[in-house]
Amino acid sequence: MKFLAWLPPLAAKFFHRAQLSDEMDQELRSHIQLRADDLERSGMPRTEAERRARIEFGGYQRYKEESYEAFGGNFIEIFLQDIRFSLRVLRKSPGFTITAVLTLTLAIGANAVVFSVMNAFILHPRYVPQAESLYGIQHGSDNGFQSYPDYLDLRDRNHSFDGLAAFTFALAGLDTGDNPSATWLNETSGNYFDALRIRPYLGRVYHGSDEHGPNSAPYIVLTYAYWHSHFQDDRGVVGRVVQLNKHPFTILGVTPPAFHGTLLFFYPDFFVPIVNHEQVDPGYDLNTRGIRWIFEAVGHLKPGVTPAQAIADLNNIGAYLKETYPKDEGNVTFTLARPSLYGDYLGRPVRAFLAGLMLLAGLILLAACANLGSLFAARAADRSREVALRLALGSSRRRILRGLFTEAVFISLAGGAVGLLGSIILLRGLSAWQPFHQWPMIHAPVNPDASVYSVALLLALASGLLFGAVPVRQVLRTNPYEVVKSGSSGGVGRRITARDLLLVAQIAICAVLVTSSMVALRGLVRSLYGNYGFDLRNTIVASTDLSMAGYRGDKVPAMQKRMRDAVATIPGVESVGLADNVPLAAGSNESIVFSDKTTDLRPSNATANALMFNISPEYFNAAGTALLSGRTLTWHDDQSAPRVAIVNGEFARKVLGSATNAVGGYYKMRDGTRVQVVGIAEDGKYNSLTEDPWPAMFLPILQSPSSSTFLVVRSSRDPQQLAEAIRRTLHDLDAGLPVDIQTRYQGLDIILFGPRMATIALGLMGIMGAMLSITGIFGMAAYSVSKRLREIGIRIALGAQRKEVLEAALGRAVKLLAFGSAAGLLLGLLATRVLAFIVYQATPRDPLVLAGVVLGMSLLGLLATWIPALRALSVDPAILLRAE
Amino acid sequence: MADPAQLLPGTLDLLILRSVSLGPLHGYGVLLRIGQISDNALLIEQGALYPGLFRLVRQGLLKSSWGTSENNRRAKFYELTAAGRKRLREETDSWNRLASAIASVLSTQPEEV
Repeated sequence: MKFLAWLPPLAAKFFHRAQLSDEMDQELRSHIQLRADDLERSGMPRTEAERRARIEFGGYQRYKEESYEAFGGNFIEIFLQDIRFSLRVLRKSPGFTITAVLTLTLAIGANAVVFSVMNAFILHPRYVPQAESLYGIQHGSDNGFQSYPDYLDLRDRNHSFDGLAAFTFALAGLDTGDNPSATWLNETSGNYFDALRIRPYLGRVYHGSDEHGPNSAPYIVLTYAYWHSHFQDDRGVVGRVVQLNKHPFTILGVTPPAFHGTLLFFYPDFFVPIVNHEQVDPGYDLNTRGIRWIFEAVGHLKPGVTPAQAIADLNNIGAYLKETYPKDEGNVTFTLARPSLYGDYLGRPVRAFLAGLMLLAGLILLAACANLGSLFAARAADRSREVALRLALGSSRRRILRGLFTEAVFISLAGGAVGLLGSIILLRGLSAWQPFHQWPMIHAPVNPDASVYSVALLLALASGLLFGAVPVRQVLRTNPYEVVKSGSSGGVGRRITARDLLLVAQIAICAVLVTSSMVALRGLVRSLYGNYGFDLRNTIVASTDLSMAGYRGDKVPAMQKRMRDAVATIPGVESVGLADNVPLAAGSNESIVFSDKTTDLRPSNATANALMFNISPEYFNAAGTALLSGRTLTWHDDQSAPRVAIVNGEFARKVLGSATNAVGGYYKMRDGTRVQVVGIAEDGKYNSLTEDPWPAMFLPILQSPSSSTFLVVRSSRDPQQLAEAIRRTLHDLDAGLPVDIQTRYQGLDIILFGPRMATIALGLMGIMGAMLSITGIFGMAAYSVSKRLREIGIRIALGAQRKEVLEAALGRAVKLLAFGSAAGLLLGLLATRVLAFIVYQATPRDPLVLAGVVLGMSLLGLLATWIPALRALSVDPAILLRAE
Repeated sequence: MADPAQLLPGTLDLLILRSVSLGPLHGYGVLLRIGQISDNALLIEQGALYPGLFRLVRQGLLKSSWGTSENNRRAKFYELTAAGRKRLREETDSWNRLASAIASVLSTQPEEV
C-alpha cells in the first residue's frame, strides 16, 4: 500500500518532465538575455553580447541536467534509460542472458518452493483459529496416544486447558443410499469443535452436551471438501440420515472450508463423536484404560497459562493416574507440542528437514550468485574496450556501474519472476498430489501467499545486487587510456582465488549429490528384490474391514471363511491366507508381552513389545513366510483350544531365551494369558525396510477374531485380471463391502515413500548442483578464454596445436573440475552411511554407481566448457592481432 | 583588482541565501548582488548558480515565482521562506565562528605561543 501511495507523485514528476524542462529552459535563457542586455548597455553589439553571455554562462546542457537532478526529478529517467540500454545489451548476447536467467530461475524457484512449504507448515500454519495457543499432549517426546479413560481424566482434572479435545482416525463404510464406500473419518470427543473454536459453515456441530454414554450420539459433521465433492454442495443435507457401518447416523452440518482437523497432512471426510466408537470402529473397547488407541488430545491453553505450567499440571494428573491404576499406568511424563505435525513425532523431523532444505536453497542461491558474478566479470572483461571508450568520452564511472547493476537486477528480476512462476506451478501439482493410493485423505496443499512473493522478490533483488557487485572493482580500475591504446591486457592470475575454492566446493557438492542419488536409486531398485520374511512376488492383497458392512461377532469369522473359500476357487489361485494385518502394509498392532516367570504384570515389567498378527493356518504358505521349526497353526486352534502362537526368531531370542529351544515354551500376554509357542518363523521386516529386527508373534485368528480382513492371494496369474476376478467374487458375496485390492508391490508404496522421496530429493538437488556447476565452470572458462584471447592468438600464430590451445585456455577449469569431482565422490561414498538409514541396502560398493558418477561429471564438464573451447579454437590470429 | 577568489565548497548556498534575504531576486540578479556586495572578489561560473538555486528550492529554503525584470523581461524571482531565514541565521553564525577562529589562528604571533 505504501508503494502505491508513493507512485502518483513519482508519476506526476515523470509526466511533468517536459513541462519542467521547458520552464528551466525559459529561466536559463532569460538569464542569458539579461546578461546580454547588460553587456549591450556597456556598448557591445547585440549579437556579440549574446555570444559573450552564452560563453560566460558555461555548459548550458550540463547545468540544466545538474539543476534537474538537484530538483530531484532525474532518477527515474536515468533508470529508464539504463533499462532500455540494458535490454539492448542483453538481447545482443542471448546465450549469456538465457544461462543467467535460467540459473536464477532454478535458485530462486528452489527458495520459493522451500519457503512456501516452510511458511505453510511451520511459520504460519492456518488450520485452526488462534493456532498459537493450541497444543497437543505427548507422552515423553514422540507419542500422543491416549486411552479413553485416561483422556477423560486429563480433560476433567486439568486446570490449564480451555477445553481439552481428543480425536482418532477410523475407516468406515458410508452408505448414503446408492454406493457404499470406504471413508476416512475422525472420531472426536463431543467438545471437539468447541475446544477448537470451530463454528459450523452449515447446520450445526455437536457438543459435549450431546454425549450420553456409549452410542448415544449418532451424528456426522461433514468437512466442506467432502460435502462439496460427495453431496454437491446440497444445503438440504442437514438432518439427512445415512448408514455408517450399517448404523443410522444423522448429518448435523458442515465445517468451514479451511478446517480439516488439527493435522496438516490429514484430510478426513467427516467427524463423528467418539462415544459411538463401538459402531464406527469396533476393536478397542472405549473403557479399557491400558490400551492407548486415541491418536491425540489437543486444546487451547487458557490465557496466561504457560506451557511449562500446563506440563506441571498434566504431570500431577499423571502421578495421580499411576497411583490410582498401577496395573495400567507406567511412569508418564507429559510434554506439549504443536499438534499440526503430530507433535514432535513428525514435527521434529519435518522441521529439521525443512530447515536443512532452506539452508541448502540459500546456499544454492549464493553459489548461483557467485557463478553469475564470474559470468558478469567475464562479460565486463569482454566489454572493457566499450567501458574504456565510454569513460574516455566523459561518462562517469558511476553511470557505467549503474548500467551494469541495472543489467544484473534486470536478469535477477526476470529469473525471480520465472522461478516464482515455476514454483507456483510445482506447488499446485504438489498440493493436488495424493501420495498414497490407499490413503486418499493424506495430502499436503501449499498455497504460496504474499509473504512468499515478497521473499522471492527480495531474494531476486538481493542476488542481482550481489552478483552485479562482482565486476565493480574491474570497472573502477579501468584506465581508459591504457585499454584504448593496447586492448585488454594481463593474463589470469596464477594464485588460487576464493572464487576457485568456491567453484571446487560447488563441484564437490554436486558430485556428492550425484553420488548419493545414484546410491539411493540403486538401493531403491534393490529393495524390490529383498527378502523381508515373505515373498513379494505373485501376491495380491485384498483388504477390508467387515464392520464397514455391518458384520459383528460370530458373523465375522463366518464371512471371512466364505471370502476365503470363494477366492480360493478362482482359477489360478494357489493359496489364500487370511490375517487381520500384514507386514509392511502400514500400521501394525503391538502388544507388550511378559516372560512366563513374570507374576507382577505391570507395563514396566514387560519383557518385550511385540508386533501382533492374527493369521489363518494358510497364511504362511500364501505369504511365503518360512517356518523354521515346529508346526503351523491349524483350524483346530480355536476358542476352545489352548492358546498357541508362532513367533519369529527375534521374539524367541528375546522372550524365551533362545531360538532353538523355544518351541513348546510359554510366555504371557498383557492380560496374563499363558500362550504356548508351537513354531518359529523367520525374521522379517514389519514396519520399515531399514528397521532393526523386531519381535513378532502370529496368533490363530480364531482365538482372537478381528473384523479387519486381509486376504493374501498367491497366484502366478496376471495381477490385473486376478484383481478384477477377486473384486467380482467379493462383490458377489456382499455388494455393500468396500474392498481395496492391490499387489504386494503396490502395497509397498507407503513403506517406500520415504526412500523414494529421498531419492527424488537427492536427484533434484543433484540436477540443481549440476546446473550450478555448469554455470560456474562456464563462467570461469569463458572468463579465462576472453582474458587470454590475445595470448591464444599468438600461440596459434606460433603454431600451437589444438590440444595445446585447449590446455592453455581450459586447463585450469578442467583441473578444478577433476579435483572437485574426486573430493565429492569420496564424500558421497561416506555420506551413504547416513543414507542407509532411509534407503534399504544403500551401499557405495557398487561399480555401476562409481562409473555413473565419473560419466556424469565428465559430461557436465564437457557441456560447461563446450562454448569457451569452441571460442578458443576459432581464434583467428590474423584478425585478432590486426584488431588489437 | 586582485584575482577573484575561488569559492569554498558549500559556501554558494550561504551566499545565495544572503543575497536573496535583502529582497526577491532573479537568478542573474543573485549573481549581480553577490558581485556587488563582495566587490567582485568572488568568482562564480554563471550557470553553476542554477543547480544551487534548485537545490535550495527543493529543500524548502527558497520559493520562486515568475515576474518581470526591471527591463521588462520575464524572469523567475526567488525569495526566502521562513525555513530559509532560519537556515541563513544558523549558517551565518557558524560561518562567523569558523572565520574568527581561523583568523585568530592565522594572526597568532610566534612569541604568543
